[in-house]
Amino acid sequence: PTPPQDAFYESYFERDRETIFRSVELLIYVFDIESDNPEKDFDHFSGVLEAIEENSPDARIFVLVHKMDLVHEDERDMIFEDRQRIIEAHSRGLHLECFATSIWDETLYKAWSEIVTNLIPNISLLKTHLDDFCRISDADEVVLFERATFLVIAHTTDASHEIQTFDAHRFEKISNIIKQFKLSCGKTQAQFTGMEVQNSKFGAFIDAFTANTYIMVIVSDPNIAAAATLTNIKNAKQHFAKNFS
Amino acid sequence: MSPLPSSLPLPRVLIMGPRRAGKSSISSVVLHKMSPHETLFRLDSTASPVTSTINNNALCPFAVVDFPGDWDLPSDNSPDDSLFGSGLAALIFVLDAQDEPFDHSLARFASLVARAVAVNPGIHVEVFINKVDGELFLSDEAKYDCRRDVMSQVQDELADVSASAPPSADGGAPADLSELNIGYYLTSIYDHSIFASFSKVVQKLIPTLPTIESLLNVLVASCRMEKAFLFDVVSKLYISTDSTPVDAASVELCSDMIDVVLDVSGIYGKKDPRRKPRGDGSEAGHEGMAPRTDSAVSLNSEGDLAGGGDSSYYDSQSSSSIHLSNGMVLYLKEVDSMLALVCLTREDNILKKGLVDYNISVFKDALGKVVAVNAGRGGEDKGEGGGGGEEGEA
Repeated sequence: PTPPQDAFYESYFERDRETIFRSVELLIYVFDIESDNPEKDFDHFSGVLEAIEENSPDARIFVLVHKMDLVHEDERDMIFEDRQRIIEAHSRGLHLECFATSIWDETLYKAWSEIVTNLIPNISLLKTHLDDFCRISDADEVVLFERATFLVIAHTTDASHEIQTFDAHRFEKISNIIKQFKLSCGKTQAQFTGMEVQNSKFGAFIDAFTANTYIMVIVSDPNIAAAATLTNIKNAKQHFAKNFS
Repeated sequence: MSPLPSSLPLPRVLIMGPRRAGKSSISSVVLHKMSPHETLFRLDSTASPVTSTINNNALCPFAVVDFPGDWDLPSDNSPDDSLFGSGLAALIFVLDAQDEPFDHSLARFASLVARAVAVNPGIHVEVFINKVDGELFLSDEAKYDCRRDVMSQVQDELADVSASAPPSADGGAPADLSELNIGYYLTSIYDHSIFASFSKVVQKLIPTLPTIESLLNVLVASCRMEKAFLFDVVSKLYISTDSTPVDAASVELCSDMIDVVLDVSGIYGKKDPRRKPRGDGSEAGHEGMAPRTDSAVSLNSEGDLAGGGDSSYYDSQSSSSIHLSNGMVLYLKEVDSMLALVCLTREDNILKKGLVDYNISVFKDALGKVVAVNAGRGGEDKGEGGGGGEEGEA
């Protein structure tokens, strides 16, 4: 007797194949590294890729090799590369990107950010404009977040500030901080629309930016008035809305 | 004879109650930054009284004594001065709301209160009806029913104790304990109620509270704010608020704002190039994680927060404003070391930010004077404030 999930899989796969796989922009396939039946997993995978090839050959494909926290740290790279080879062998020539992920560290966040970034059109042009904006406003760092998830879409750091060694995990932390606060706001039936945080050494300005992004600007030059940064952001909004809506 | 904190110069908070009521969990979560879920596996039974000194800000230093469950008073009849103190003190009796019936615990509570009041007539008596979370307390009705039950049982027990008490030492009638003003609080470490309740208890230990309240009233009136709170940023207890009614949701929102300010400042607000940023390298603990439950990011240690020089990120210029979709603004300003003024105000009223900031600076100066008076009170009911956040076996 097949386990319930398998039965479901068989049924939708055969019956609704076309419906499910038509007009797909992006496919994310998740492998469980601890799976006790990898053969079957790869069969399913091949089946899905076949369906994609038939119905949405232009879809971008991401593969997550998940639950990597269950693998010993020293062996992770090796096991992931090994798995990646097998995945690519089953890829039917389609291009795909693989990530090793776990919910217990920042790898999942990074993979999701990568995926979300890929959904944004003109991402490299966006980055160029963001670099310009960072330079013009004398900011230390400018970060663009996707509005709903607060995943980082793009960021620019002023070169001289790289030396300052900001926390390597700061983007994930900021995302979490904001999301946690959004939950708190939810309890009072209001949402936050923007915020500023300052002390003697820095100012952080977070504001809605384009239709689906939020921006965070970090300025540590004490000579720059907060109002100046806010004005810069306001002007940039118009510019970006025009060019990147 | 268990070693008691006999010579605590600070106002004291005594946490007592039956075993497994949640006393140590409460002090760990409120005062020592433990996540509520951690209390399930990280705390052992308290074997002997544990004293912690809380001295984050200059307005309300206090000592907390966490007693073992069902702790027995020394049985000699002479008043045990050292335990209940002689000045500002609060006795918090923690009850497990899910562990009915209460009669045995409340009987012990009544005799405890009798002893305490005999020794220190000014002691504040508070009952924390704890663990009002989970299936039994999904509705507010259930919580209020529980509180009502506890209140009436306590009244009965106290009446019994008063009736059977011997006359007091000077020959007069014994104090009628059922007249005592006892505070009842519904608490859970899994939400903000424990912080709000603990805040109210600590407020009673601040002799200058009425002055601070007046200052806040003046500020709120002159700036047309909806509400203002004075928070201790380390413990997130609020020390004072203006006289308008307090809405629990607002307190929680302001407390969460402090989290945002401290966490963001911790990431970008330190400028020490020699310092390796936390979260880098091999820390497998909470640092680089994406914690999904209560706190967004584990704060850097208190030492970082308060420590001088480059590593302190809550400094005299710390401020923040958060704009909400309902036209309100949360505005935070540092007003003293580790103290934050958090205001809730309409967007229109903060447009003239310069005026608001000026008013807040006036408030800050006045508060500074109150702090100085507090410190100068000296030998009355406290000596020098204790140092840091030291913990010790009493």
